[in-house]
Order: sequence, then structure tokens, then C-alpha cells
Amino acid sequence: MTVAIAHSEFALPGVRCAGCIAKIERGLAPMAGVRAARVNMTTRRVAIDHAPDLTPDQLRAALAGIGFEAQPIAAAAAAAATEDAGESRALIRAMAVAGFAAMNIMLLSVSVWSGASGATRDLFHWLSALIAMPTVAYAGRPFFASAWAAVRRGRTNMDVPISIGVILATALSLFETVTGGPHAYFDGAVSLLFFLLVGRVLDSVMRDRARAGVAALLRETAPGGAVELADGQTAWRRADEITPDMTLIVAAGERLAADGIVLRGDSRLDMSLITGESRPEPVAPASRVVAGTLNIDAPLAIRVTAAGEATTIAGIARLMDAAGQGRSRYVRIADRAARLYAPAVHLLALLSFAGWMIVGAGWHDALLVAVAVLIITCPCALGLAVPAAQIVAAGALMKRGVLIKDGSALERLAEADCVRLDKTGTLTLGRPTPVGALPLKGEERPVALALARASTHPVARALAIELQRAGVIAATLDDVRETPGLGVEGRVVGGGVGGLIARLGRTEWVGLGVAAHDGLETGFRLGEDAPKRLCFADRLRDDAAATVAGMKALGMDVGILSGDRGEAVRPVAAALGLTAQVRMRPEDKLAAIDRLKLAGHHVLMIGDGLNDGPALAAGHVSLAPASASDVGQTAADAVFMGDSLAPTLIAVRAARATRRIVGQNFVLAIGYNALAVPLAILGHVTPLVAAIAMSSSSLIVVANALRLRSCAR
Amino acid sequence: MSGLAFLIPVALLLGLGGLAAFLWSLGAGQYDDMDGAALRILIDEDGVSVPAAMTSATGREPGL
Repeated sequence: MTVAIAHSEFALPGVRCAGCIAKIERGLAPMAGVRAARVNMTTRRVAIDHAPDLTPDQLRAALAGIGFEAQPIAAAAAAAATEDAGESRALIRAMAVAGFAAMNIMLLSVSVWSGASGATRDLFHWLSALIAMPTVAYAGRPFFASAWAAVRRGRTNMDVPISIGVILATALSLFETVTGGPHAYFDGAVSLLFFLLVGRVLDSVMRDRARAGVAALLRETAPGGAVELADGQTAWRRADEITPDMTLIVAAGERLAADGIVLRGDSRLDMSLITGESRPEPVAPASRVVAGTLNIDAPLAIRVTAAGEATTIAGIARLMDAAGQGRSRYVRIADRAARLYAPAVHLLALLSFAGWMIVGAGWHDALLVAVAVLIITCPCALGLAVPAAQIVAAGALMKRGVLIKDGSALERLAEADCVRLDKTGTLTLGRPTPVGALPLKGEERPVALALARASTHPVARALAIELQRAGVIAATLDDVRETPGLGVEGRVVGGGVGGLIARLGRTEWVGLGVAAHDGLETGFRLGEDAPKRLCFADRLRDDAAATVAGMKALGMDVGILSGDRGEAVRPVAAALGLTAQVRMRPEDKLAAIDRLKLAGHHVLMIGDGLNDGPALAAGHVSLAPASASDVGQTAADAVFMGDSLAPTLIAVRAARATRRIVGQNFVLAIGYNALAVPLAILGHVTPLVAAIAMSSSSLIVVANALRLRSCAR
Repeated sequence: MSGLAFLIPVALLLGLGGLAAFLWSLGAGQYDDMDGAALRILIDEDGVSVPAAMTSATGREPGL
């Protein structure tokens, strides 16, 4: 018997220790509808199996109640990750088989090298053949498949010389075994596969996540809405079922599912997802509104003008897809090396074969030399040079809260010479935080927390987060009522202040003067006490100034691209000493990036919102904070966690260090080849020499890569 | 030689046993969260059972 189970995953940037794991898993387990919860420390995520009727928002609230901020991970991204994991696993299996075979064949080979002869040598060769043949057939598949695909298209890649080398070496060794010859290269062929597969596994761990699914992500921003029917009733309709001229009823705290014109209602909309504007936009009848924005204060009735694929938000998604095409054309450094490398290796092997034939050796000896050349030049160190360095760097960065999506992102990040930052949510935290200390007394705090939790208003949410962080336990309230546009009130139950009425909301509603500025103020009043004014602002991230200065010190050109108003951006730009372009629509940001590209710059775009999506996709490389919208996270190459901007600078430095180490690794690998190839051509490379040379060069390259462990300090 | 005839198959079988054990542990998801495994030993078990099996994002049960 199976029950329908939904699966949700959340990013938990705040998980640090065993205590956190226990707190989360034990806090969620008793919750109604939760079947299982497991924290993954490596990826800083929690996976929850739950009843389908639990919404992600409820789970998020539960996690917040335990004291952890959680960001939902889109199902599309989670599924892509699972698919990647499946591919990685197939490679790990091949690597395990190759590793097992290489070890056993080496054991048998040791006795051959140490002088076994005659029947014993032949027996050991046969045993090696017995292990090697199925291993090559199984573990070689990833290389054979990719080599065959390249050859069929008339191209060559790194896998072509590998496949030819391995197959030739195996076939020749089998011939030697059958004829009782002295040299069999089974050990070389199989350990070559093993080393190369190690490189492949490392690379696939850093695999590029699927960039598709932007459309699916958009559906998640507003899955649908309540539509007014002809008889005055309302019914829920999915976003793709909504058509123009329908009337959409949007409750406070809900996202709009379509573009339209306001018919009834006065409210304010949080436009930050679309425009990056931090201040809520007041709307009244006849105002134009767009899908994806968040209705804050009061219910609205909207006449739909565009729905589904025709909305502004869908247009932005198309822009993003188009902008992302350019990046897929980026050729990775290993592939660029392979373009030169593969023809050179083939030519060398062919020349040495021809040379020995001319000198007068038999075809058998000439072929032996050619195979030795192929084995010795096989790019084992080269195949490990890049992935080993990148995986070590990515691991070091992950410990500092930067998740790199793929290896090419590190390569592109090292090339960036120019940074463009979005303001709202990137330079700033993107959520209101209290200005100064909260002026609340001890007994007021639990009540304020209980009221704040009852509302979806951004300021209430910010207050709840702040109080939870301070370890406040919410009071119990009765008769909690939210009046849209005014605030929340409720009656305290028990405690020293039992029976009092508490209010949290608009300053004039609790008995204070009118708010002084952008509505990021709220009032709180408990009973007949003096009302308290709580001021909030979207403040700069920690280390923003130091990070910008550090980027400039690296010789990068830094600037701000913001969709917000000039007067909102000016203080930020002044504090950081940057120039800013303001009031930019998504297409303007994209155009700005394209202009820089044309001028020959490699742009690093750092942004979070949907309005940055096209620019993130167009940038040479892009970063997004973990608090970014799903769209932002999908479009970015890497995600950084926490409230500090410093990880972005750390990522740039680590990427440059990685580039240095990769360069050294190439020099080491090619230097080794330059030494070993003459030996092979002269016919001095026995299976023993090949094994020693191959292992030592791979080990040197890996050891060099390990120096990157401290690159993210 | 008679010793070898006995020892070589034993060595190969032991190696294959190790390989099989590794592949099983890989399939059972033991390498999915290396950092967490290191920390979980610090959690005091006071009668709370940590969930053993989780469905993956594709909704199928792992293992078996």
C-alpha cells in the first residue's frame, strides 16, 4: 500500500553543527503530515517527505519556528540534481570496477616484472586478460561512446586517443598472451581507464545543472489565482487556464497570476521580483499591474489583459533563454587542450610505427612501440589536471558558503575583469531589518512575535525573524484578527499581561503619528502602554564596502545596475564609491551587459531577482545570493549563502588561484610527456616503466591540486 | 604452484567481495552526505529514531 507523498527540499544556509541537524529533524518529525525529514550537511539542505496537503510555505514556517531560515528549492532543480546524481553514480561504478581490476592486475604484474617466466608468466597474463577484458568493456563505455560520437561527426576530442590507446593496447596484449610473448600492457590499459575515470567522476560531481525549466520556475511564482465567475462566485484557476478579460481576485499576501488593470481596491504591490524596486508601489483602480508581483495590503480585483505566455514575466523568461545561448558556446580549457593534443598524439604514434617499419623492425615490434607511445602519452595527468583542481576549489568554496554549479563556471569566473551588481537583494539584504535595537520591553517581545507570525506582511515577517533570532518564545494569543491595510491585533492569554489587547501595524492605527518615510515603519502597542515605533530598512550586506574595495584591488571595474529609483540607489552607491545606472528594466540590464561584451569585457553579473535574470544569463559568469528568486538561482553559475557579500570576492580569488594551479598542472603533465615520449619512441618503455610513469604523473598532478584546499580563506 | 592455484582465486574473490560491498554502499546512498555522517555521531539518541529511508526527489524508494 502506498500513500501519496510529496517531496520538498529547502536550502538551509544556517546549518552548522550536529545540534542543528538534531534540532531540525526532531522538530519536524512530530509535525502532522511530515513523514520523514533528513538534513544533508554536505549540500546544506533538508529533504522532507510529507503529505501532499502541506504547502512549502507551511514547512518553511515550521523551519522558521525551529529557528532556521529556509529557502525552498524548486522541484525542477531538485529533479535535475537527482538526474545528475544518477549519471555520477554510473561513472563511480565504472571507476570502482576499473579500480578493482587495476589493483588485481597490478598484483599479478608485479610477479611478471620481478622475473616470472615461461608457464607462470603466461598464466598470469591469462589471468590479467580474464580480468581486463570485461573491465575494459564495462568501464571504457563512457569514453568509447563519446569518442564514437566525435568520430562520426568527423571531429576529434580527448576521448578519441584514449579509446584508440586502450583498445589497441588491450588487443595487442591479448595477442602477446596468446602467442606467449613477454610484454602485456593490460595493467597500463586498465589503470589508465581508472585514472581517467577518477577525473570524469570529479568533473561530473561539478556537472552543470540543467538550465531548462525556467518556465516551470515561473509557474511556481504564481501557480494560479481566484477568478470571479459570472454568478459572482470565485473559483481557483491555474495560471495557464486564465484568459484575458477574466476578473482575478487577489488576496493580500498573494502573488498576481496574470497581467492586468485594477478594477477595484487600493493596495500596494511589492514589485521587487520584476523591477528590483524596494519600495512597495501604491496601486488604485485603473493602475496597470503585472504577474509575479506581490499584493501587500488589501484585496484587489483585476481585469486580466495578458495571461500565461503573454505576461511580462514570461517575456523576461524568453529573454533569459535567448541570453543563455551564448554561454553554452564557451569551450572549456580541457577541450581546448584536447584540440591540439589529440592530433599530435595520433601523429606521434603513427610516425613511430612508420619509423620502426622503415628501420626494419617487424610489424609486431613497430606496433608494440606505437602502443607504448599511445599509452605513455595518454592524457591521464591531463585528464586529472583540470577536474582535480576544480573539485578541490569547489569544496573549499562550499565550506565558505559558495556553491559552484559546474567546472566551467570557475574557469569563466577567473576570466572576469568587470563586475556589475544589482542593488536590491544583492548589495542589500533584500529584506527589511530593524534600524538600531528594537524598542520593545521584555514582556512585549513574546506578544510582538506572536502577532508578527500571524501576518504575511514583509515587515511583520522581518520582525518575526529578528525576534526568533533573539531566542524569543511566542506568547499565546486569542482572537487574532488581521485587518488588511492596517495590521494585526489579538488578546494575550495568560502570563503577566493576560487579557490585554495587542496591536501591530500601521503607525496611526496603534496611535502614533503618520509614518515618516517609505512605509517600512510599523507600530506596536500592548494594552494602554505607550505605542512603540519600529523602524526597518533594507540595509547593505555585511562587508559590502570591503568586498567592493577588494574587487577593485583585483583590477576589476565595478558598477551598479539597478531597477530601483535614483534616490534609493544614491546612498548605496555613495557608501561604496561606485557609479550606478538606475531605473533599468530587465532588457536595459541585458543591453548594458551586451555593450560591455562588445567592448571586449568579461562581465561578472551578481544579481538576485527575476529582473536580473536576462543579465545573469548573458553575463560571462554570474553569481546569485541564496535568497534570490528561483529564476535568479537557475540563471546563475554559483550561489552564495548568508548575509555577507564577502563570498563573492572569495569566489573570484579562488577561481583565479584555480586557474594558476590548472596552468601548473598542464605544465607538469606536458613536461612529463616531453620526457617520456622519447623513451617510448626508442622502444625503452616496458609495461613496468609505463605503469610507474603513469601513476607518478597522476599523483603529482593531484598533489598539486590539493594545494587549493586553502584557496577560499 | 598448487598453493597459487588456491590463493589466486581467493585473492580475486576477496577483491570482488570488496567491489560488491562498495557498489552496494554507493547504491544505499552512504556517500550522499559525508559531512553529515561525521556530525551525526555526536547526536544523543534519546529514543528518537532518525528516519532511515527517504524517497528521492523522483519519488522512488532508494535501495532495494
